[in-house]
Amino acid sequence: MSTATAIKHDVTWQPLCHQADLVAFSGVAAWLETAEGPAQVALFYVPGHETELFAVDNHDPLGGANVIARGIVGDVKGEPVVASPLYKQHFRLCDGVCVEDPDARLRHWPVRIAGERVEIGLRG
Amino acid sequence: MNKQRLIIIGNGMVGHHLVEQLIERHATDRFDIRIFGEERHPAYDRVHLSEYFAGRDARSLAMGEVGFYDANPVTLHLCEAVTGIDRDNGEVVTDRGRYPYDSLVLATGSYPFVPPIAGAEAGQPNRLVYRTLDDLDTIRAAAADARRGVVVGGGLLGLEAANALKSLGLEAHVVEFAPRLMPVQLDDQGGTALRDKIEKLGVGVHLDRATTEIVPGEDYRYRMHFKDGESLETDLIVFSAGIRPQDALARQCKLEIGERGGIVIDDQCRTSDPEIFAIGECALWSNRIFGLVAPGYTMARNVADALCSEAGDEQPTFTGADMSTKLKLLGVDVGSIGDAHGATEGARSYRYNDETTGIYRRLVVSADGKRAIGAVLVGDNAAYDTLLQYVQNGIELPADPASLILPSVEGAPTLGADALPETASICSCHNVTKGAICAAIDAGATDLGAVKAETKASTGCGGCAALLKSVVDSELEARGVEVDQSICEHFAHTRQALYSIVRVEGIRTFSELIEKHGASQGHGLGCDICKPAVASILASCFNEPITDAAHVPLQDTNDTFMANMQKNGTYSVVPRIPGGEITPAKLRVLGEVGEKYGLYTKITGGQRVDLFGARLEQLPDIWSELIAAGFETGHAYGKATRTVKSCVGSTWCRYGVQDSVGMAIHLENRYKGLRSPHKLKFAVSGCTRECAEAQSKDVGVIATEHGWNLYVCGNGGMRPRHAELFATDLDDQTLIRYIDRFLMFYVRTADRLQRTSVWRENLEGGLDYLKAVVIDDSLGLAEELESQMRHVIDSYECEWANALDDPEKLKRFRSFVNDQRPDPDIIVTEERGQLRPA
Repeated sequence: MSTATAIKHDVTWQPLCHQADLVAFSGVAAWLETAEGPAQVALFYVPGHETELFAVDNHDPLGGANVIARGIVGDVKGEPVVASPLYKQHFRLCDGVCVEDPDARLRHWPVRIAGERVEIGLRG
Repeated sequence: MNKQRLIIIGNGMVGHHLVEQLIERHATDRFDIRIFGEERHPAYDRVHLSEYFAGRDARSLAMGEVGFYDANPVTLHLCEAVTGIDRDNGEVVTDRGRYPYDSLVLATGSYPFVPPIAGAEAGQPNRLVYRTLDDLDTIRAAAADARRGVVVGGGLLGLEAANALKSLGLEAHVVEFAPRLMPVQLDDQGGTALRDKIEKLGVGVHLDRATTEIVPGEDYRYRMHFKDGESLETDLIVFSAGIRPQDALARQCKLEIGERGGIVIDDQCRTSDPEIFAIGECALWSNRIFGLVAPGYTMARNVADALCSEAGDEQPTFTGADMSTKLKLLGVDVGSIGDAHGATEGARSYRYNDETTGIYRRLVVSADGKRAIGAVLVGDNAAYDTLLQYVQNGIELPADPASLILPSVEGAPTLGADALPETASICSCHNVTKGAICAAIDAGATDLGAVKAETKASTGCGGCAALLKSVVDSELEARGVEVDQSICEHFAHTRQALYSIVRVEGIRTFSELIEKHGASQGHGLGCDICKPAVASILASCFNEPITDAAHVPLQDTNDTFMANMQKNGTYSVVPRIPGGEITPAKLRVLGEVGEKYGLYTKITGGQRVDLFGARLEQLPDIWSELIAAGFETGHAYGKATRTVKSCVGSTWCRYGVQDSVGMAIHLENRYKGLRSPHKLKFAVSGCTRECAEAQSKDVGVIATEHGWNLYVCGNGGMRPRHAELFATDLDDQTLIRYIDRFLMFYVRTADRLQRTSVWRENLEGGLDYLKAVVIDDSLGLAEELESQMRHVIDSYECEWANALDDPEKLKRFRSFVNDQRPDPDIIVTEERGQLRPA
């Protein structure tokens, strides 16, 4: 399995959930505790794609609610995106940038599948 | 070879068009072209002059590309007035010199006519006119500190001038000598409709008024006295009482002039001196002056052809021009076509006059009633293009010609692009026929942009844009060129085509469909457009639970969680209450569930109860309780059958003639779970009083003494549409058979997210066609449609009951896959005794 997200040398991997919690071609939300405080992570699982797993912020900055994981996964010209379920803006899964409004972006994290565990990469 | 010397006097719109046409024909290889304009500006768009006060400047009004006269090998003399023509020596004389010519074109245009009125003689400061940019600057200066302005003249230009005064912030008035506005183009009723509209816009209209004298005023600068003894005070007066051909130079050099002015020209636009042409508003052809730009352009093209032709070439001829016009005056649509006054012998008229909306339409037809010969439109020009084609091309009228001018809800027949002959003029500005468009397409122009670039069609006034598009689309289609109607980038198919593919090939999953028929051979992931559309098609065809693993990623969040997402990420829950009938015990359960889970409770327009504010992880518990009490899912989240609203009907009501509640419950239970291109709403009324508002629904049923009347394709919402009466006095069985067929035909043929109302409006052949398919089975589809509906009905299963039985499916109903806590950001506050998002 390929997890192409760039891995920086100062990233520490932290277990997040089980692989069985993922839903193919769709998203789920996970709770994450970090040194800076808690976060809600939207995990998208796209089996067969060159990057199979993505982690972006579950908080929709345009709609103002924690719903990103419940959007439809698709692609815009081959680039994987999620459409916010509230007002349908598209966010790129690789870097969280909003296609319609590049000023709006979601946080994103490196993420990988290790054995049966999903691990998220945190800095420092 | 020595070049010939060609001089063009006049740099207005027509003079400019001539230069463009000459350059297009490479005339500069043969001619030295010299153009004289007496104004400061190179040719500009006089038709849109009033926009000068709305912010456009001389540059943006300029004709042609920026720097046109610098870029081309022609010499333009601005601010250089021609003072004479020396025909004996073949020279043009200006205030600065003499210029020899071999050929000369007069495009001197016209000047505004100012009636002889005491106090408005030449040189008086109140004698303002409206023709040039300099005139407009003068008007603007005069308008400083002014409160009120009057335009003398209620014709086309006068109303334009009034618009200009209005944009300057003045209280505008129009004084017209004739008893109606735009006397040339409009009939009495049209004039009245226009007057009403314009007065509502705050412009004073004074008809039947001959101004006799202008004297100093008391409250305003001037007072105008009228022949009937009335008077009107104003700060400035603009004269726009018609135009006169600018023929002074031609008179001076003894060219033939018409009795009432105008330079006489022949069919080649030559004056009485064969070396001299005249075009545009200064020219008199067959004793007529053409005060519109399009005929001037035609003359310019003819002269360009004549100048560029070789000996022996056939000479183009000017054969008169159509004076039909379509414009927006003060924001009001006005159209006038052909014999607008019905002056032709034996002519008859159809009139539609709506005094509420101020829309007036008149259609003038020939004595035998077979051809349209003229039309008047006020307030709405939507019918203009179609009517113009009927008039110009002598197309035979439909059996009921009145349908052409009646409001479109009645289903007016539209004139298809393919019905037009090759000679039909599509763009009158650039004289582009349908034949020329077809030729451009055959030569390789395969989209609208290419056709426009090739033919210049629709690059003038743009009034023909819609018509051009429909001609191009229909011609491309006729040539087998696919007009791109792809649903999205992942499928080069329409929704209807995908529906057929799914049905014919029995494809049951999105992944199979995109693999076999996707635009990028299975590499795409799909998107939020095609996935829900395909999900809907699969559900319509096979009715498998939408929560099955293969279908889950296709659904909008509402379908995924079988509830309606609200703005804070919580959901609302709407159980089905068929026909709006509910026992007190079940009603109590709704109250108990609402109270237990802290849900905001509201009655819906579809006679149900909506419970708001449920968090994701609460939905299964809520539904367990609802299902235990006998409720089923209400599909309020889906593009699916919603509700069947009903009145109480003959069971209780003194007036009811049938059991409307019973029928409503029967229909709701029959069609519940049917997924379709968009939501479906029904209603059943127990009598003609129509308390259930069935005529605003996709399917409306109204009881009669003898059975049921069926209405279809109504809509409330953003674009309300009355449902249309589809069939009358049906028995229960026939009613249901028709509804089965109607719904399945809609499911099969509608576009994605297209309500029945819009679908019906786009349905070629209209209501009659729909009746033929559903009632007469003209396509031989009836049995298939009914059997498809039977499959949907037989395979119905409550989606919530199905999901509650499956622990795998319930796993999705967690706020976090790794934590039990609810989303801490959902915060509520209390209002009127209920909770709402904070």
